[in-house]
Amino acid sequence: MTDTTHQAAVRAAAGPPSAVPVPAPAPRRTRVWRGLTPWLFLIAPLALLVTFTYAPIANMVAYSFTDWDGVSPELHYTGAHNYAELLTRPELFEVFWVSGYYLAASAVQIAAALYFATILSFNVRFRNFFKGLLFFPYLINGVAIAFVFLYFFQDGGTLDSVLSLLGLHSDHAWLGTPVSANVSLAGVSVWRYTGLNFVLFLGAIQSIPGDLYEAAELDGANRWQQFRHIIAPGIRPVLALTVILSISGSLSAFEIPYIMTGGATGTETFVIQTVKLAFQFNKTGLASAAAVVLLLIILAVTWLQRRLVPDSVDKGVDLV
Amino acid sequence: MTRRAVARTLMYLSLIAVSVVVLLPLGVVFLTSLKSDKEMANESGALTLPDDPLNFHNYVTAFQDGRMLSAFGNTAFILVFAIGGTVLIGSMTAYAIDRFTFRFRKLVVALFLLAALVPGVTTQVATFQIVNSFGMFNTLWAPIALYMGTDIVSIYIFLQFVRSIPASLDEAARIDGANAFTIYRKIIFPLLKPAIATVVIVKGITVYNDFYIPFLYMPSQDLGVISTSLFRFKGPFGAHWETISAGAILVILPTLIVFLCLQRYIYNGFTRGATR
Repeated sequence: MTDTTHQAAVRAAAGPPSAVPVPAPAPRRTRVWRGLTPWLFLIAPLALLVTFTYAPIANMVAYSFTDWDGVSPELHYTGAHNYAELLTRPELFEVFWVSGYYLAASAVQIAAALYFATILSFNVRFRNFFKGLLFFPYLINGVAIAFVFLYFFQDGGTLDSVLSLLGLHSDHAWLGTPVSANVSLAGVSVWRYTGLNFVLFLGAIQSIPGDLYEAAELDGANRWQQFRHIIAPGIRPVLALTVILSISGSLSAFEIPYIMTGGATGTETFVIQTVKLAFQFNKTGLASAAAVVLLLIILAVTWLQRRLVPDSVDKGVDLV
Repeated sequence: MTRRAVARTLMYLSLIAVSVVVLLPLGVVFLTSLKSDKEMANESGALTLPDDPLNFHNYVTAFQDGRMLSAFGNTAFILVFAIGGTVLIGSMTAYAIDRFTFRFRKLVVALFLLAALVPGVTTQVATFQIVNSFGMFNTLWAPIALYMGTDIVSIYIFLQFVRSIPASLDEAARIDGANAFTIYRKIIFPLLKPAIATVVIVKGITVYNDFYIPFLYMPSQDLGVISTSLFRFKGPFGAHWETISAGAILVILPTLIVFLCLQRYIYNGFTRGATR
């Protein structure tokens, strides 16, 4: 009994200054134990975090200054040689241009998502059906999507059949030339990811209080004016977040192109190249340097967004 | 027609168009999965209906020759451990960060925050060496450890919920003599049920769909999960689109069922996960 009242008193004293008289400090053992408690909860999460996130980053930076092949016990310090190689051998840096296709696709994707989120936030028949339909592709397994679209772009596959139904006979090998292949693959990524952006936008639009629209309607505002002056400002933070996700997603595109073309016909992305360097050509050092470069670019983009759109920073920090 | 009616018509047209765009590739693959190899060979085109709409022969082939059964088994095993671990680790971290003040608390928070910015694909080059040095390469434990250890999003989801649980509940329990572990186990954890549901669904779908990690860490045929087993269809079934299609549909079907049953949770979960 004395112990519990004592503890309650300690806590009261720890809070804002109050009228409770300052109690004698808790016994040493209790104090040590209490200081230790949070760490007992954190020890496993922190161990995993350090082992699988921070140790790899540290190692990666270290490897990037060596010529290690990933297996042999020998490695030599080579200074910034790997970085110089990355920047000077055009075929290594060229793959960044492929990201351009995915960036352009992201713009299409965001525009489409915004359009459908706006119209589905109004009263539309079968709203939930359309919402589910638009979102579902995002949930599908990437390998299944890749196969679905390999068949789609096949000779005599879905796309060719639809075109011939419309009277257009094409012998175009959709995945045959670099430009066409990259456009096709970027199209698949639009198909896959529009749903996520759409649901994010829809959530943001629906959190705008409904009486704002009513007031606008009373004032005679049309749909476009409602979008321009009510919806657009309301979804700015989510839009900024989406842009960042799209940029880092475009830079680290991997799954769809890797499964569909394996990086052939000019569809190799930066991540595919890095994976190949590391695990096929055993150039762990060079691959690490490439990964460090990508990591730095993505961190820079994120940092830029947090500077430009401070709302989302507050949101992120606020959670903790 | 008034202008408003025109706008409405155009709007519905665009919705129908997008439905076609979403459904057509999937529908054609479904049709293909029901065709026999003869039908595939006679070049009747991708859009024709199968002769026998109840021809599940390709599904049997995909299931047996494609090792889909062991793939579902391996995926289930990974799901159970990865999700269980994620729930425990996420809720413990959230509890410790929200309910205690301790030295280096800010640093710990910053470590988790910063980790959320690091895209997993970039660090695999070095993560691979670490996983390998633990002897986990080519075991089911490699993906389990990675899914458990690198999930910052679920920590955020738990944090939001722990904060919404009034601290007075902890206080009351403490006055009754409960220690921190009892409070976590008996009060916080049970009240986190909605968050747990969200994390289980989001994590479950992410793990089920992940290709990169199992592909990299479990090259063994026997350790195929859904994604990697389906990926391996490419070799032996090369030109047999009817079998590949059946495999793809087999993989998509569970996702569709889960989505139809748990729609609301899924929207919430993914929105929360992305906006963290």
